[in-house]
Amino acid sequence: MQKFTSIVSKVVPLLMDNVDTDQIIPARFLKVTDKAGLGEALFADWRYNSDGSPKPDFVLNLQEMKGRQILLVGDNFGCGSSREHAPWALVGYGFRVVISTSFADIFRNNALKNGLLPVILDQQAHSQLVQACQDNPDLELTVDLEAQTIKLPDGRSESFPIDAFSKTCLLNGVDEIGYVLGLLPQIEAYESAHQK
Amino acid sequence: MSDFKPKTLFEKIWDAHVVAQPPGGPTVLYIDLHLIHEVTSPQAFEGLRRRGLKVRRPDRTFATMDHGIPTHDRSLPIVDELAAKQIAALERNCAENGITLFGIRQGADKQGIVHVIGPELGLTQPGKTIVCGDSHTATHGAFGALGFGIGTSEVEMVLATQCLLQRKPKTMNVRVEGKLQKGVTAKDIILAIIAKYGVGVGTGYVFEYTGDVIRRLSMEERMTICNMSIEGGSRAGLIAPDDTTFEFLYGREFAPKGAEWDRAVEAWRKLPSDPDAPYDATIELDASTLEPMITYGTNPGMGMPITGRVPDPDKLGDTSQRAALQKALAYMNLQPNQPLLGHPIDVVFIGSCTNSRISDLREAARLLKGRRVKEGVRVIVVPGSTQVKRQAEREGLHEIFINAGAEWREAGCSMCIAMNGDELQPGQYCVSTSNRNFEGRQGKGGRTFLASPLTAAACALTGVITDVRTLLN
Ligand code: SF4
Repeated sequence: MQKFTSIVSKVVPLLMDNVDTDQIIPARFLKVTDKAGLGEALFADWRYNSDGSPKPDFVLNLQEMKGRQILLVGDNFGCGSSREHAPWALVGYGFRVVISTSFADIFRNNALKNGLLPVILDQQAHSQLVQACQDNPDLELTVDLEAQTIKLPDGRSESFPIDAFSKTCLLNGVDEIGYVLGLLPQIEAYESAHQK
Repeated sequence: MSDFKPKTLFEKIWDAHVVAQPPGGPTVLYIDLHLIHEVTSPQAFEGLRRRGLKVRRPDRTFATMDHGIPTHDRSLPIVDELAAKQIAALERNCAENGITLFGIRQGADKQGIVHVIGPELGLTQPGKTIVCGDSHTATHGAFGALGFGIGTSEVEMVLATQCLLQRKPKTMNVRVEGKLQKGVTAKDIILAIIAKYGVGVGTGYVFEYTGDVIRRLSMEERMTICNMSIEGGSRAGLIAPDDTTFEFLYGREFAPKGAEWDRAVEAWRKLPSDPDAPYDATIELDASTLEPMITYGTNPGMGMPITGRVPDPDKLGDTSQRAALQKALAYMNLQPNQPLLGHPIDVVFIGSCTNSRISDLREAARLLKGRRVKEGVRVIVVPGSTQVKRQAEREGLHEIFINAGAEWREAGCSMCIAMNGDELQPGQYCVSTSNRNFEGRQGKGGRTFLASPLTAAACALTGVITDVRTLLN
């Protein structure tokens, strides 16, 4: 897994609640047997016209948004289906951080396994950040996983929660499957004790 | 006995599956049953291959094809090259790893939507942990199992280790009391719960549905409710097993047999939540006042009684909710305060893992029998499994549908997800028995009204949004 330590980036605002995984990546793009190229299909139905041309007013299509790695969204981001294609598409596009007030459980798990940091802020901190980005759309944020903080250029700083295990995995690019494979003796003991 | 701590159904299952609990870390949880399908598994098998591993417990892994397969004549070649490639990949992955496959060529008599075939084959059993790379794995909770959806990395994890790393979720008691009125179904109950409490209420929780209404429901009705737990934000939704559960399972292919059955039932009877087991939260619904429900918007929480009026964004105080409703109504091309009754529709879809079981088809057929669907309305009936299809055909339901002017299809996800050739055209309105009304879910630009099979059948007859109760007398 791709490591995550810290990044400095401007922000792409997509301030809607309940953005579902069908919007992040519509089902017709799920007919793949690998993970490559999904970034192109990120938010496809909001991003492109039916002839494939970009919709000029969608935020990702604005020239100044290119290359930004932080996505700032509304509540309950990633609800809906379990498709890991959603974080694959976000990471494929170039995002490394999504900031919200809450994430759907499955999306959050999937994001963490792909080096995409889901940052949860409380309502007030989120509103302040939204305001700051509205006041200055070119605001640069520093997201520091080790310190669990988001820093604004004016020195303001917000901390965010993340469980210790996920943090370690992200910081070190830990392979969770490798970790559990290391517990095989315990798994076997469980299986024989429970006749499984 | 002084240290006896009352436990919920969820906690009993969880505790019985803890393989290891590293301090401060997530639990290593054992998975009894892993269901896989063609769309969310190829990258997981690829990952396994890169590690030089085989599936650790192929005997606990079962595969089917449902999401991407066409529901037309299966003897025809699959025209969609990408779908064909996914299907071939699953066949190869199952063959290489010794996994039982219920596909469209091999094992085809038992193929179907993954959440329909698990229970149907008796694979789904009380007390089990069940996962699948699909969020509607919550369905299996109807049997008092802990079933939840996982992503593809987790699919790979289970293939490799038969375990998952999980943090223990909190529990929410979802109590449904009262007496259902005529024409009001399990689907209306779950739509009403989500409309009342929102699509995020269950985030971080597992639901347990309790109350006298739930106890009186059949297994298929319980599955409909648990299925949509994820639409309320909860990864899992459980119902305590009881005689209804055991009767449903008895004699099914993979259910225990003989003395083993007796031992299993004895163990299953210990699963229900202890009387004073505490939940982290409780929500309630009075079912007595429920009407048939319908959604008007672009998430499943945007639902209302069918006689209601579309809400007015201007009356919402919260700006982001207002914006969301405005966007939804613009997409649906609906006006604030308008009633939905009488609103014209183009398509009716009866199917999906929410409502494609035999009882759903019987309900729809009850209304369509001897009648014709409204001219100009396309009606598609897609059984949830090949076994459901055969059963319906034995009962003559297919003739009722065909004579009414509906299309009778092979089993699959079909227009629930619109990645298999069955899809809405931009702008079309569809009354659908599926579970998601997201923008474009049933086809780019398509507009979905979620409802019960009874309501869907009523709308098929009239060509407009209809209160099924007016047709039931
Ligand atoms: S029927 Fe729909 S919701 Fe159910 S598994 Fe298939 S695509 Fe998912």
